[in-house]
Amino acid sequence: MQGSISLSFSTPAISRSDPARFLVAGVGVTPEGVSFSRLQGQALRFCVRKFAGVGRSPHLVSSRKLCKKTLAAVTDNGSTGKGFDYDLVIIGAGVGGHGAALHAVEKGLKTAIIEGDVIGGTCVNRGCVPSKALLAVSGRMHELQSEDHLKSMGLQVLNHSYDRQGVADHANNLASKIRSNLTNSLKALGVDILTGVGTIVGTQKVKYGKVGTVDKEVTAKDILIATGSVPFVPNGIEVDGKTVFTSDQALKLEWVPEWIAIVGSGYIGLEFSDVYTALGSEVTFVEALDQLMPGFDPEIGKLAQRILINPRKIDFHTGVFAKKITPAREGKPVQIELIDAKTKEPKDMLEVDAALIATGRAPFTKGLGLESVVNVTTQRGFVPVDERMQVIDTNGNPVPHLYCIGDANGKMMLAHAASAQGISVIETICGKVHVLNHLSIPAACFTHPEISMVGLTEPQAREKAEKEGFEVFVAKTSFKANTKALAENEGEGLAKLIYRPDNGEILGVHILGLHAADLIHEASNAIAMGTRIQDIKFAVHAHPTLSEVLDELFKAAKVTAGISRSVDEPVAV
Amino acid sequence: MAGALQLHLGSSFLPSSSHLKLRRRIFAATAPLRRHPTESKIREIFMPALSSTMTEGKIVSWVKSEGDKLSKGESVVVVESDKADMDVETFYDGYLAAIMVDEGGIATVGSAIALLAETEEEIPLAKSKASSSSSAHPEEASSPPVSPQESAIATEASPPRPGKADLTLASSAHPASDAGRRIVATPYAKKLARDLKVELQSVVGTGPMGRIVAKDVEAATDGAASVAITAPITSATKAVADSTPKVPVELGSVVPFTAMQGAVSRNMVESLAAPTFRVGYTITTNSLDELYKKIKSKGVTMTALLAKATAMALTKHPVINCSCRDGKSFTYNSSINIAVAVAIDGGLITPVLQEADKVDIYSLSRKWKELVDKARAKQLQPLEYNSGTFTLSNLGMFGVDRFDAILPPGTGAIMAVGAAQPTVVATKDGRIGVKNQMQVNVTADHRIIYGADLAAFLQTLAKIIEDPKDLTF
Repeated sequence: MQGSISLSFSTPAISRSDPARFLVAGVGVTPEGVSFSRLQGQALRFCVRKFAGVGRSPHLVSSRKLCKKTLAAVTDNGSTGKGFDYDLVIIGAGVGGHGAALHAVEKGLKTAIIEGDVIGGTCVNRGCVPSKALLAVSGRMHELQSEDHLKSMGLQVLNHSYDRQGVADHANNLASKIRSNLTNSLKALGVDILTGVGTIVGTQKVKYGKVGTVDKEVTAKDILIATGSVPFVPNGIEVDGKTVFTSDQALKLEWVPEWIAIVGSGYIGLEFSDVYTALGSEVTFVEALDQLMPGFDPEIGKLAQRILINPRKIDFHTGVFAKKITPAREGKPVQIELIDAKTKEPKDMLEVDAALIATGRAPFTKGLGLESVVNVTTQRGFVPVDERMQVIDTNGNPVPHLYCIGDANGKMMLAHAASAQGISVIETICGKVHVLNHLSIPAACFTHPEISMVGLTEPQAREKAEKEGFEVFVAKTSFKANTKALAENEGEGLAKLIYRPDNGEILGVHILGLHAADLIHEASNAIAMGTRIQDIKFAVHAHPTLSEVLDELFKAAKVTAGISRSVDEPVAV
Repeated sequence: MAGALQLHLGSSFLPSSSHLKLRRRIFAATAPLRRHPTESKIREIFMPALSSTMTEGKIVSWVKSEGDKLSKGESVVVVESDKADMDVETFYDGYLAAIMVDEGGIATVGSAIALLAETEEEIPLAKSKASSSSSAHPEEASSPPVSPQESAIATEASPPRPGKADLTLASSAHPASDAGRRIVATPYAKKLARDLKVELQSVVGTGPMGRIVAKDVEAATDGAASVAITAPITSATKAVADSTPKVPVELGSVVPFTAMQGAVSRNMVESLAAPTFRVGYTITTNSLDELYKKIKSKGVTMTALLAKATAMALTKHPVINCSCRDGKSFTYNSSINIAVAVAIDGGLITPVLQEADKVDIYSLSRKWKELVDKARAKQLQPLEYNSGTFTLSNLGMFGVDRFDAILPPGTGAIMAVGAAQPTVVATKDGRIGVKNQMQVNVTADHRIIYGADLAAFLQTLAKIIEDPKDLTF
């Protein structure tokens, strides 16, 4: 917003000595005369492959079974005759391990997956999946609670309420269903599921076993660590699982407190505030940084606060740490001691019914034997990896045959990022070196309305531009101007495009609005494929759809480069 | 105002596909504070007109905070009109001294939203001006939008900004907290207290461990209701004292109008443009009173009954529901919307019962209750207070037996209703008896409504009230 250019407008009657400053159609025009240089090559280094969606249709599964049979035949012939039990052993059966296993089978690798807990990991059992079930409920509740909104559509709802157990069951049932789907897909592909806690006992050797059973050892040509993460609980916070708890317990929705403090205002905290306010709780956020939603693009964060925080029964304390949290006991409420994040001086005291600790997640990598066996030092538990996800040892050298993906490496703690990293690793070990462009991985927060993003935030983009000497423009469109959004009476929202005007490269897209999480993929795909704005702006969007918000966004961008390549024949995107 | 704006928008520059979804930069219109033109360089930042039709704007966000230094051309505030969010920039260098309309607040075009001080030293001065002059330009977050033509609810000062408020509230003493040192109030209770201007110190918490919850704040407002707007039209029972303002006035001082009072003043002067006349009528209310007694328990109010009766009479006399817009024609309104004057602290507002002729009496009573609740919470939407086609005003509750009303601009007629009182009457058959009678007095625009029209209307109304069986159809 700040970098606007002076544009002269052709209205002589009102022109003045100082140039009028405008942002036309949301396009920030920065002063000219800045030298241009290329953005780092991540976007370009991305190899274009067709992996999206492959292997999930029954047809492909059966073809893969054929593949497996062939492989079995080959194995019988002794092609893995170097004495390995498997081509690949994956430690951890979360979404990352699952995605990697699927792709490994497709590539003809004999694969085993070691699961110490339950198939599906955090995402399916204690994360994305059950939370989406709760958020589906909260979305409807928020709608029902907004009488003005319903009334303006001519709807009248006299009464609405919810059954807590019913809501909890919905979340639990969804998790079980997805878990069994995942398990079945692994079994159907012939992936061996080894139960127990996996530990690396040597190069290309893993042992696994449960407490009370004899450990077994397997050998594998390559080992992939995908052990994920657990909720991070800062020191001083006593989690009793009843009144002070993490997302693990919150998702079970054993009760709905009247007043809950949520420590941390990132994705997890924000989503839970959506759920709890819908179910009638009042929420107090405790955020260590000076701004709520610190990870978001500042402008989106501000708007999100206006839409998701201010009108709801939520208040917040920013710039404070929860130094000590004591669970409710002996008739006393949950007590939270707040100290100033900078000066560490006592700031305030909260007495609430419950506290949800949503301060992020810590990698779950203890007991993997990394230090002792392969000389790898984890950093706060995170396993250091190179750009191909190959584990790096204490001396900075890649450890042969050992890879790590997902939350355990901390590069991007998202389920789909783990899966994408897993696929990337499989490509690499099959001899096709692949580097994943993390800037093309979208992220979403499933509040109502949703928030989604891909690539850089505006400050990040501006910092990069400063360093590398190119210009950054910003285009914005409002959901208020979108027919479908207005039809739904959900005109609140913003889409924001951060781009290079000199070559039309998309640096980042941020959306807050109805179904933002589903809308982001047009932008993330464009970044992944290296599609430029001047090309994508010719793509046609059905009318009236929410996707026109992005259409408007691309059309609003002012790219100075000539059209590099027009879409002159139909392209499936 | 518009002249001061730097809105240079060449329409040829609009992107063809864009339906005005622009985020434009415009300059904030500022003007020296009128009452201190010389001694200080404190300027007001006005709500700019972002389009020719815009009458009010919403503050999306303040880009700058109080005390920030501003240089000419910098964005200060983001304003939202119906289609676009726009950055408003300052015209002058200086310091943002005081924010008068908070984020989320709505201000009419031309009203001050902030003060700009030229030097840092002047900030405190500007702040004190903001607090004293805010009564002259106050449109704030919780109040409904105020349009220049309409009266609305005005309040004294902007609410404290959320962050600060939380801290002060949380650190002040209160017996409700276990330690007796702090106030323990839930987020929604705090929000309500801010909106309703309730001091949390004075609220007794009844929630778990004595914490203050939303209903405690609501109870506190009900107890200290400064506004008597519940059931304004009843049969002469309400105490007069209820509607008198409780704020002590310093004698010998000059108190500027609030925005609402300013709007009332403008409307009153404007009303002089219409040539009005008055016709009175005495109506016997025994049957109506009986009916009221019967259905009162079903939540029916006298206001709703009178509005319903008036609306039914209007269906037979559409000319009374007319207005004269240009001095040359009748504008026949398609619906009968009965506005009912409601006195509130320091002003007057007219919630509207839309299509009162078509809505049954029970729904109408519910609607009225809802409107009164909204008026109390200052949440009336413009359509709910400016869409009236005929106005009712009732001072009967104060024992007033007759008065006349001033015609609100844009409507054709207003009816002043007096108290129903037991009166000794002689009947046509030569007997003398006691009947409840009330006097009504209609003020009408004689350009469109003539004496005979009013007479016929009043006859119909009297018939309906004296034989009210159709009111409950």
